[in-house]
Amino acid sequence: MKPAPFAYAKARSVEDAIALLAQHGEGAKLLAGGQSLIATLNMRLSAPRILIDLNGIAGLNSITLKGGEVEIGAMTRHAEIERSDVIRKHAPLIAMAMPHIAHPAIRNRGTIGGSIAFADPAAELPACLLALGGLVEIAGPKGKRTVKADDYFKGLYETAIGACDMLTGIRLPAAPAASRYGFAELSRRHGDYAVAGLAASATFASGKLTKVRLAFFGVDLTPVRAKAAEMALAGGDLDKAVAALASDLDPPDDIQENGAVKKHLAGVLLRRVVQQLTETRA
Amino acid sequence: MSATGIGAAVRRKEDQRFITGKGHYTDDVSRPGQTFAYFVRSPHAHAKLHSIDVKAAAAMPGILAVLTGQDLAGDKIGNLICGWMIHSKDGSPMKMAPHPALAATKVCYVGDPVAVVIAETLAQAKDAAEKIAVDYEVLSAVTDPAKAKSAAQIHDVAPKNTIYEWHLGDSKATDAALAAAKHITRIDLTNNRLVPNAMEPRAALAEYDSGTDSLTLWNTSQNPHVARLVISAFVGMAPEHKLRVIAPDVGGGFGSKIFIYPEEVVCLWAARRVGRPVKWTSDRSEAFLADAHGRDHVTHAEMAFDGDGKITALKVKTIANLGGYMSTFSSSVPTYLYATLLSGQYAIPNIYCEVDAVYTNTVPVDAYRGAGRPEATFVVERLVEVGARELGLDPAELRKRNFIKSFPHQTPVIMAYDAGDYLASLKKAMELADVKGFGRRKRDAARHGKLRGLGYSTYIEACGIAPSQAVGSLGAGVGLWESAEVRVNPTGSVEVLTGCHQHGQGHETTFAQLVSERLGISIDQVSIVHGDTDKVQFGMGTYGSRSGAVGMSAIVKALDKVEAKAKKIAAHVMEAAEGDIEFRDGKFTVAGTDKSMAFGEVALAAYVGHKFPTQEIEPGLKEGAFYDPTNFTFPAGCHICEIEIDQETGETEVVSWTAVDDFGTLINPMIVEGQVHGGIAQGVGQAMIEQTVYDKDGQLLSGSYMDYAMPRAHNFPAFKVDTTETKCPSNPLGIKGCGEAGAIAAPAAVMNAITDALGTEKIEMPATSMAVWRALQTMNRNQVAAE
Ligand SMILES: Cc1cc2nc3c(=O)[nH]c(=O)nc-3n(C[C@H](O)[C@H](O)[C@H](O)COP(=O)(O)OP(=O)(O)OC[C@H]3O[C@@H](n4cnc5c(N)ncnc54)[C@H](O)[C@@H]3O)c2cc1C
Repeated sequence: MKPAPFAYAKARSVEDAIALLAQHGEGAKLLAGGQSLIATLNMRLSAPRILIDLNGIAGLNSITLKGGEVEIGAMTRHAEIERSDVIRKHAPLIAMAMPHIAHPAIRNRGTIGGSIAFADPAAELPACLLALGGLVEIAGPKGKRTVKADDYFKGLYETAIGACDMLTGIRLPAAPAASRYGFAELSRRHGDYAVAGLAASATFASGKLTKVRLAFFGVDLTPVRAKAAEMALAGGDLDKAVAALASDLDPPDDIQENGAVKKHLAGVLLRRVVQQLTETRA
Repeated sequence: MSATGIGAAVRRKEDQRFITGKGHYTDDVSRPGQTFAYFVRSPHAHAKLHSIDVKAAAAMPGILAVLTGQDLAGDKIGNLICGWMIHSKDGSPMKMAPHPALAATKVCYVGDPVAVVIAETLAQAKDAAEKIAVDYEVLSAVTDPAKAKSAAQIHDVAPKNTIYEWHLGDSKATDAALAAAKHITRIDLTNNRLVPNAMEPRAALAEYDSGTDSLTLWNTSQNPHVARLVISAFVGMAPEHKLRVIAPDVGGGFGSKIFIYPEEVVCLWAARRVGRPVKWTSDRSEAFLADAHGRDHVTHAEMAFDGDGKITALKVKTIANLGGYMSTFSSSVPTYLYATLLSGQYAIPNIYCEVDAVYTNTVPVDAYRGAGRPEATFVVERLVEVGARELGLDPAELRKRNFIKSFPHQTPVIMAYDAGDYLASLKKAMELADVKGFGRRKRDAARHGKLRGLGYSTYIEACGIAPSQAVGSLGAGVGLWESAEVRVNPTGSVEVLTGCHQHGQGHETTFAQLVSERLGISIDQVSIVHGDTDKVQFGMGTYGSRSGAVGMSAIVKALDKVEAKAKKIAAHVMEAAEGDIEFRDGKFTVAGTDKSMAFGEVALAAYVGHKFPTQEIEPGLKEGAFYDPTNFTFPAGCHICEIEIDQETGETEVVSWTAVDDFGTLINPMIVEGQVHGGIAQGVGQAMIEQTVYDKDGQLLSGSYMDYAMPRAHNFPAFKVDTTETKCPSNPLGIKGCGEAGAIAAPAAVMNAITDALGTEKIEMPATSMAVWRALQTMNRNQVAAE
């Protein structure tokens, strides 16, 4: 085996998982699809004492439409979401993002809970959650709570999930009739994490965009809303919106791209996404 | 032609086992009592090694030994060597620094192995490795070859980190021609460092037999006999007859498995010390730090033209990065495998090339698909393209004016080209690529906001490595002939033993096709045996497209002998004169009669020995041969690439690729096409996305597939691949070789296309979307400034 030795426990229920987390504290890690976690273990970048496997918990892999919301259980695989009619109809932004996430083999294992909990700054789903203004369901030793997407992302790989908490699912507002969605990303190769990307939602009526939410990813330590640009778009001024990104975003350099380039790319993405948002539909 | 003979596009015999998971790779071999090795590698690029505390590690469960460079030196295990002597301009020999298999006093790159843990399980070895405390004194590091000479000295033997300052050609005549030139095109180029990434990571399994005092090594080698020779004669591990090296199925090499590496030496040594078999299998992250890298040149070059657009001189100055130590054949790559090809497909009267090879604190650099020849083609083809733009000439026209048109042609840089028709491949490629329609395609692209560019690469390479006398005179420590043995069984099936080694090339099929052609039997009746020093007496392995031109020529010689002897036997059995026996389509016939014997019948007669005087003709049917070529072979061709650039993002897409190659005789056109595809993919990868990034401290930042991008199928359009044919006159089959062509041609074609689209030459490989975008911005700024 490649990773450092670790113990293993299979959680039977959400309560069981929380109890195990409480028992083992910092040294424990939840195991969902393993597509991010196992890689870090194999490279010995992390060495948890125990893995708590969520794969045996029943009832966490459902996609349901309930009271104007789409609820997705934490253990729902990317591939299930990709093939879901409910998602295509009621959460089309997620459907648009799905083909950009890695490759089929990884999508067969990876889970939405894992993606949102891991919160890779260049990942698609956290940005979609933010663009949609969704909710994150968290269970912890003191019970359940719901956190708004806007309050959920705290820093690089840091979220509102506490050390003894578990994400149980997410809720997204079901798409109303006038809603519009846009998604675009730039990556080195198809399926790679994004160099820069944008997930957006808005309402489009009488030639005007309202309720615009722009969530950029790959440009900061977390997915970020571009609020000045959102305002400018609501005011109908695309050029102003692009210019506003200068204050909305402050991308750090990475080994492929430097921050200034990413800022420019964000502007290109914004124009492309606004085109999608305002396209007349057949 | 028999149905499975030369020229038949038969499916590869070996693929059934490979694609059903039934190959036998080194890591698939397990021996009783086997233990596992894990290497502790330096996290620093350059440091003194003060001490290594192994006590805590040695006390961990399952640990059999923790060994260091001091132990290695104590056991008098010799250093690894570079086997090709290069002399500097001033006559002094290259500065080969000691390269112990485990560093003992200092480390020279991140990944330099300093200790090995041998344990019952790999997990135990890894866990114990984390307990080893190494006291390093970190020194300042250099990774950029252009800065190596002024950086902290890495090896005592090499002041200014300079290994050699070599040159080739006539400096005075070249300078005079430059001075008299009508126009000079100047260019600065970086040939980016590449990580080879064969699909199967390297592995080694060593076993010691105390009863016979002999060692066996299974390893991922492209040339097991050379590995045995070096490990025996230079490292001093065991006498040659007490060391057996087996390279079973090997999953790709691209050059990186030619070399003799520290890990296999350490496994052999450790197996003897602990008295149990020791296995090491690299993982992918380790491979980034442990497999020799490729390329890494910085070059300034100048090409002189007269008033008619004829090239009158070429002057090249290259700094080649050889990394922290000199790998097995590293010295030859930027010298005799590089500068000797700088004439390209052109009649250039004066060429002068200087190459400074330097040490840096990076993974050692050695041959990688094409080895030196891609670097040469890149220099020549970029210069010609830029020259055409500067002279206002069509790049194809400039090439035509300068092509070598009569053969043999002696270049000013050693090589004597034997045959070729460069105009034919250029013309055919231009038709296939519809170069005429490019203007229209460019305008269409512009309508969608895209920049479209077209680039040529009319490349040449020297393959069929190599005439022993020639390479000997240039410093090679070995001859580069090949051996073959043809064993005919009593039932008429045939085993061919070859000193070549296959690791993706399809020899089990193509070599069998040669036998099928010659003996008139199906390829199913033939098996190819290779990769085991106990089975094959000797051989030089596979690289530089030598297996067809050299390895198959040796088989031809052995088959000639088999046929001659079989004729003798047939003559006796059929009571005819030997001169009356004709052999065709698998049948021995007495000329002018209906008397005949099938090949199988003669084979049986040879072994039963009932029907011929065994005092005059020995029983049996088995012949061996050694073949030493008289010249290199010179595959050449023309690749044309078209790309489109998204101006907003710099995203660049290869939208069309045409390859017309002259490989001489094709044994199996399907396999050839596959080799061309793979080569193009590697060349495009180099030109566009494969980016090896070291930080200023010598950390390899692009150390995994998350950061180092290899191209995928979707990065390519469907390739248009065709061939032209001039036979190679120097070997009996007329073969030139096809293994490297794509990787040699592609980078220049891509960069010529990208610079054509951009309208600037100021962009280096890899031309990532970021680099392309930056080049566009610089141009826009310059335009604004100019307005
Ligand atoms: C080659 C490759 C390419 C990829 N490319 C992309 C890409 O382009 N875009 C992209 O978005 N992703 C990509 N991924 C990641 C993939 O989408 C992962 O599946 C995902 O990020 C994590 O999901 P998982 O279920 O595999 O989580 P795991 O790997 O099991 O866990 C990830 C982390 O989240 C924690 N965790 C998991 N579930 C929960 C939970 N319910 N509550 C609290 N914490 C939890 C774990 O403890 C761990 O720390 C790629 C992965 C690979 C291997």
